Amino acid sequence: MTDRQKRFAGRLVALGRCHVLSLATLVTALRGLAALGALMLLPVGLGLLLMPSTARMLRRGSDLERDRTARWTGTVIDDPEPLPTAPTANGRAVAVLGSTAFWRDLAWAGLGPWSAGLLVAVPPTLAGFGAFGALVQPFLWPHLGPDNWYAFVPVDSTGTALAAAALGVAFFALALWLSVPVLVRYGTWTGRLLGDPYAARLERRIGQLTDSRADALDTQAAELRRIERDLHDGAQARLVALGLTIDRAERLVDSDPEAARLLLGDVRAGSQRALQELRDLVHGILPPVLADRGLPDAVRSLALDAFLDVEVDAELPGRLPAAVEGAAYFAIAELLANAGKHSGGRTVLIRLRRTGDLLRATVTDDGRGGADPDRGSGLAGVRRRLAAFDGTLALVSPPGGPTTATLELPCASSSPKTSSSSATA
Amino acid sequence: MRVVLAEDLFLLRDGLSRTLAEHGFEVAAAVETGPELLRALRELRPDIAVVDIRLPPTHTDEGLQAALTVRRERPALPVLVLSQYVEQLYAQELLADGQGAVGYLLKDRVTHTAQFVDAVRTVASGGTVMDPQVIARLMARSTARGTTAELSPRELDVLRLMAEGRSNAAVMAELHISESAVAKHTAAIFGKLRIDNTPDANRRVLAVLAYLKR
Repeated sequence: MTDRQKRFAGRLVALGRCHVLSLATLVTALRGLAALGALMLLPVGLGLLLMPSTARMLRRGSDLERDRTARWTGTVIDDPEPLPTAPTANGRAVAVLGSTAFWRDLAWAGLGPWSAGLLVAVPPTLAGFGAFGALVQPFLWPHLGPDNWYAFVPVDSTGTALAAAALGVAFFALALWLSVPVLVRYGTWTGRLLGDPYAARLERRIGQLTDSRADALDTQAAELRRIERDLHDGAQARLVALGLTIDRAERLVDSDPEAARLLLGDVRAGSQRALQELRDLVHGILPPVLADRGLPDAVRSLALDAFLDVEVDAELPGRLPAAVEGAAYFAIAELLANAGKHSGGRTVLIRLRRTGDLLRATVTDDGRGGADPDRGSGLAGVRRRLAAFDGTLALVSPPGGPTTATLELPCASSSPKTSSSSATA
Repeated sequence: MRVVLAEDLFLLRDGLSRTLAEHGFEVAAAVETGPELLRALRELRPDIAVVDIRLPPTHTDEGLQAALTVRRERPALPVLVLSQYVEQLYAQELLADGQGAVGYLLKDRVTHTAQFVDAVRTVASGGTVMDPQVIARLMARSTARGTTAELSPRELDVLRLMAEGRSNAAVMAELHISESAVAKHTAAIFGKLRIDNTPDANRRVLAVLAYLKR
């Protein structure tokens, strides 16, 4: 297909979707009317009984709508909070009436048909009318009598019939041309009716941030405690021991030079152990290759140390923010260690890509699969660490393999969702 | 033998200069930064460069980059790289051109003066010296992958020391075995791993390292 043909086909599909949506709108309108009816029965008590099922009925409709809108218009509407439940029938009704999600569904069912619904009906109506003009009028006009009009054309001769046909084609073309923008607008309007209002989104975001910040601070505090303990029990203790050994060697230097020499040999060995411990500690805080070269080479370095065959396919222009590099590095290290320990596979492919402000890393092994994403504290720890950066970890591991872990991290430090206007501190 | 030394910490630079001078090396220049190192290597054309990986101004792998750059201009210029850390990636980059005349040691090894001076001499004469930590990790990997499964424990010891770039004499001393025993183990190792055994000791080390990297 040429580009032209593709565009035409795309518009035809969009026109079809407009048609389906406008028909679905009729169902929505019925849902809205039924719900209004149930509300009007509230004073006589029957409404209370009907309320929970009414809410469920509305929710089924809005779920379908969310699904269609996401697939057809590109507008993704966040899932609403689940409908509230309560032990008693009256309690359920009251809970439903108190839930903002219910009223949002109702507003959508009540107002949607009169706004987005009417809008989306325009292209199919135009198209139908156009088809009538182009395909029906030319053959039918002799039977339709003298007062036969098509739009503003009085159709009573072959000439005017042809004019009507041309006008019909024009209407159809207009319908096609409108279909895509109308579909997009439908998505926006529906999103506005069904989606959480800005304040609610912000509130949820703040909740997430508060949680992940608390987690991040806890993790950091635990890290600092571990470092402090490692230094205290490791290098510091070793240096004290070295001092003591040197002191003994000093006292023995004249009386027993041979023993003193042996002690100095111990001192050398001890100092090397202390250095090694410091090295390991520093490596756990910030691996030197990561600091020197950035993520791709640091991952290559991990690959060289791994016992499996690890292929690294990295295309990352420039350096990422240091915190993101660190988070990604330690997550990949954990995933690679998991593959080595549990997968039973022989080769691993690590792929690093950056699209816009999103870093995506996949770790795929050819092992036996069947890994449980919720088991193992390692993965939970990785998830917690990534959450502090709004990062996610997804694990796909069908029985028989292969296992693919995908981690995604926003590269910009602020959140993509709310980074719009209030960026000043 | 003329040495260019690059190390940014004064205490270590001073100590290393003294050690090298005491063992009969001429320290042609002792520099602090990457750009200075590049200039010294190009202008003074030393017999060997002893280089700290991390140097100013970037404090990343400036020293390694400078050494690799000059080795591209002057292949097989002997370079002994010192670092607080050993990284397999850097070891690979040093070995990548297959020319030998490279060394990669942890900084703490300089406290063992005799071994350090030996290493400088080996590298200057075209040999290869790898830190025991680099080799230990390569050996652990080979063991896990089963590529050295046919070797006896003693042969593994010999292989490890050979890969570190130790001379036959050093292997004898370390393992307390005779020269003929070393020769016998070496022949067995090369036979079992199916590596070409050449009389050239430097080539042999490179062949062993290449095998372990597989």
